[in-house]
Amino acid sequence: MIAWFLRRLLQMVLVVLGVVTLAFIFSNIVPGNPARLVAGPQATPQAVQLIAHQLGLDRPVLSQYLQYMWRLLHGNLGVSYALEDRTVSSEIMGALPFTIQLAIGGVLVEILIGLPIGIIAAYRAGGFLDRALNIVALVGLSMPPFWLGLMLLYYLAYKVSLFPLNGTGHPLVWYLVLPSFTLGIGGAAFYARMVRTTMISVLRSPFIEFARLKGMPERRIIFRHTLRHVLTPVVTMLGMDLGYFLGGVLIIESVFGLPGVGLLAYSAIGTLDIPMITGTVLVAAVFVVVMNFVVDVTYTLIDPRVRLSRR
Amino acid sequence: MSQVPTPQQAPTTPPGGAPAGAPAGVHAVEVTDLAVHFRVRRGLGSVHTVRAVDGVSFTVGRGETLGIAGESGSGKSTIARALVQIHRPTAGSMRVGGREAVGLRGSALRAYRRRMQMVYQDPYDSLDPRMNVLRTIGEGLSVRGVARAEHRRQAAELLERVRLPETLLTRYPGQLSGGQRQRVSIARALAVQPEVIVCDEAVAALDVSIRAQILNLLKDIQQDSGISYLFISHDLSTLRFLADRVAIMYLGRIVEHGTATTVFAEPQHPYTQALIAAVPEVRTARVGSRPMLAGEPPDPASPPSGCAFHPRCPRATDVCRTTAPALRRKASGSLAACHHAADAPGGTA
Amino acid sequence: MSTAPMSSPLLETAAAEPTAVTDPHFVRVALRSLRRNKVAALSVFVILVLAIVAIFAPLLAPHDPLHTFPSGLSNQGAPMPPGGKFLLGTDESGRDVLSRLIFGARVSLLVGVIATGLASLIGVLVGTIAGYAGGIIESILMRITDVVMSFPLLLFCIALIAVTGPSTRNVVMVIAFGYWTYLARIVRSLVLSLKEREFVTAAKTLGVPDLTILRRHILPHLAPAIVVYTTLGIASSIMIEASLSYLGIGVPLPQASWGQMINSGQQYYQTAPWLLIAPGICLILTVLSFNLAGDWLTDLLDPSDEVTRR
Repeated sequence: MIAWFLRRLLQMVLVVLGVVTLAFIFSNIVPGNPARLVAGPQATPQAVQLIAHQLGLDRPVLSQYLQYMWRLLHGNLGVSYALEDRTVSSEIMGALPFTIQLAIGGVLVEILIGLPIGIIAAYRAGGFLDRALNIVALVGLSMPPFWLGLMLLYYLAYKVSLFPLNGTGHPLVWYLVLPSFTLGIGGAAFYARMVRTTMISVLRSPFIEFARLKGMPERRIIFRHTLRHVLTPVVTMLGMDLGYFLGGVLIIESVFGLPGVGLLAYSAIGTLDIPMITGTVLVAAVFVVVMNFVVDVTYTLIDPRVRLSRR
Repeated sequence: MSQVPTPQQAPTTPPGGAPAGAPAGVHAVEVTDLAVHFRVRRGLGSVHTVRAVDGVSFTVGRGETLGIAGESGSGKSTIARALVQIHRPTAGSMRVGGREAVGLRGSALRAYRRRMQMVYQDPYDSLDPRMNVLRTIGEGLSVRGVARAEHRRQAAELLERVRLPETLLTRYPGQLSGGQRQRVSIARALAVQPEVIVCDEAVAALDVSIRAQILNLLKDIQQDSGISYLFISHDLSTLRFLADRVAIMYLGRIVEHGTATTVFAEPQHPYTQALIAAVPEVRTARVGSRPMLAGEPPDPASPPSGCAFHPRCPRATDVCRTTAPALRRKASGSLAACHHAADAPGGTA
Repeated sequence: MSTAPMSSPLLETAAAEPTAVTDPHFVRVALRSLRRNKVAALSVFVILVLAIVAIFAPLLAPHDPLHTFPSGLSNQGAPMPPGGKFLLGTDESGRDVLSRLIFGARVSLLVGVIATGLASLIGVLVGTIAGYAGGIIESILMRITDVVMSFPLLLFCIALIAVTGPSTRNVVMVIAFGYWTYLARIVRSLVLSLKEREFVTAAKTLGVPDLTILRRHILPHLAPAIVVYTTLGIASSIMIEASLSYLGIGVPLPQASWGQMINSGQQYYQTAPWLLIAPGICLILTVLSFNLAGDWLTDLLDPSDEVTRR
């Protein structure tokens, strides 16, 4: 078990190393001279050269790479090209609370909508309700989140002033409702389908049959026996979702004007602020890797069957 | 069942044995001290060696059938897979038609493979479900260099040899029964005109009635073409029907080896006796009904000391726990590895 | 038993019907299944219509999608609502929305199909090599896959586009470069289990060369999985293209793309909501159709069953 853990840990470290390297490659394949971008169009060649020197761009790639790694080890993601004198890490730290709020909201939407739909569909498997819900779920998966966000804004904030149009207004949770819904609806659809499949196979298993034969009431069968089996994979996936949300928030935050990490990255795209873009992407990717690891380990600790099948 | 040989197809199906260059009188297969070890990783850094096959020697004569029996995990299937070079032997020598086969690579290996074919246990898995019978057999014909235009005719002839109608050529495996599939499997092996066919539990997955048909077919093919079989089975009654000689394996080693008649009539090793006692159809008066085998075969990664069979052996004594018995000629005429079986007068293996 | 030795094997009960994919009359099976499954039939129909619209866009569009019509803007310079000369209204520059939608279908399908095709090609190649070769080659390829997969797909594409610059070609490349990992993982695990099947071992012992085994015995069995995941992949690719274009780093102006139409229309959403609604519905319909078709193909082809069935 310890051996497996160590091997898994080593694997995670390797992947993180790869992720960092790929991020470094990203920031180095920029066509044109980044120093020129930083200096601005009117800068003299001398100024450009000076900035290139400050950024370390005049040194060999390998030494740049090593320096990059060294800085990363100290939590330093570099300095923003666009926002002078601001480090990428401090900007991300400042924006993170909003993104975390939004991510939690998204997870809540996923669970509160996805689970019940999945359970109902499984219970009516093959019937009209099941097929209708399946199509609804697929529509949810097929809806571009930015479009859904705009539509919600148009109908629920502009036409009917139910929700604030923009930003982080004071009634603490109110401004989060629409963004969370937009963020979570795709995942909710995904979970509905997943829960349905798991639930159907659990409901067909012999121990449920036995519980029925004993005359156990249906409601207790669902809540006492079935849900436990259905929830394990859901919880696993949710852990990883938090990481993948960092991709989704970019769109959602720019639609709703929430000052989170996503909006940070979005504005960095506009100004071609490479350190900021790669910085946010790197943070998201590392987060996904670590989350994967944590989920894998807890899953193995909880469920001994997984451990055995891994050898 | 069918005692009548099939009509001999002289020009297209020459007797499979005796390639022109091989010296006469040499065994079809001659295996000496064959060992196949696997490295199994258990946890970080600790690597165990599993001696799946450990120092096994035997020969198969031309037109002869050697049966290999043993429980699962005894290494009998590993021998089969080593012979057709799916597993690489760790040590030892395998000579086929007098020529060394260990260490072959590239085109020499492919040439070797044509001489040694295999018929598999699972008739539902050994044929590609996406290829019809013609293409399946054609694959073997192509390997032998038969022109594509010839495939249909030769495939039809091969089907006739395994007693299937030509109309099946366009069928897919999903449209065939288990017995038909196994016949196609045999036809595919025959397509490359091998000298030896290794049958790995080739009839184990079939219904009893169909099993007899396939065994008869194999016998007929042997009579027609002088092909040799290495027949691997856990089923002793099958071996008694088909094999000229039998080798009994336990934990990677041969524990008894002799003519089928002698081994079944006078089993020397307690393990052989237990195996025979477990099968009513082959049990003879002399063996009687001994107690059934108790317990499971030991973990091949950590075999017991001394004689590997001693933890399960009713006759085990102190010497069995400390010293591994050698394979010696016993009074019955068979070779056996047991301290308690009487040696043949003055004979060693 | 000297008479008719051939008759006995034929008396054995012929086993199971062939599955959908081994059936030579696959098209007929598919059509029959579509007749029963109305939703799937509708999605296939929508995809066909989209393909026709995309191919014949210049013939079908009522106007030039790039042309700025003076009559396309009101006196106050606002977009014209649907009706009259412009069936679905005009955008903020006075261009015909319907024509732009029609040409947008071209972009979406083109990007979706080419990007997914490329991704499938890379994915199948990497997955097959990793699965068949095993050992160190497999470890290296799969760790690379892990690394790329760690990036949330959309973020990965955004970062790559941000540094390579937006262009239709780059959008295709970036999506392909991010999406191949999914197929690579699936294909690898399929190849791993196919490799253990006895018909592969049988071909090996016959002396069939490795490349021929791959082509003859492995690749055909991957086909159902490739078909299913490519169909679903087109849906994802179209979605990513739309997202990139919405963020302004996808298909560059003035070329019409649905995502970018939503982007430029959002400033007017209060006065001209049709600028958002029309392209949005096109997107949903397209992505939904590919997802539904993928679902249907999964049921029809059952890609995992094809490999593990014994």
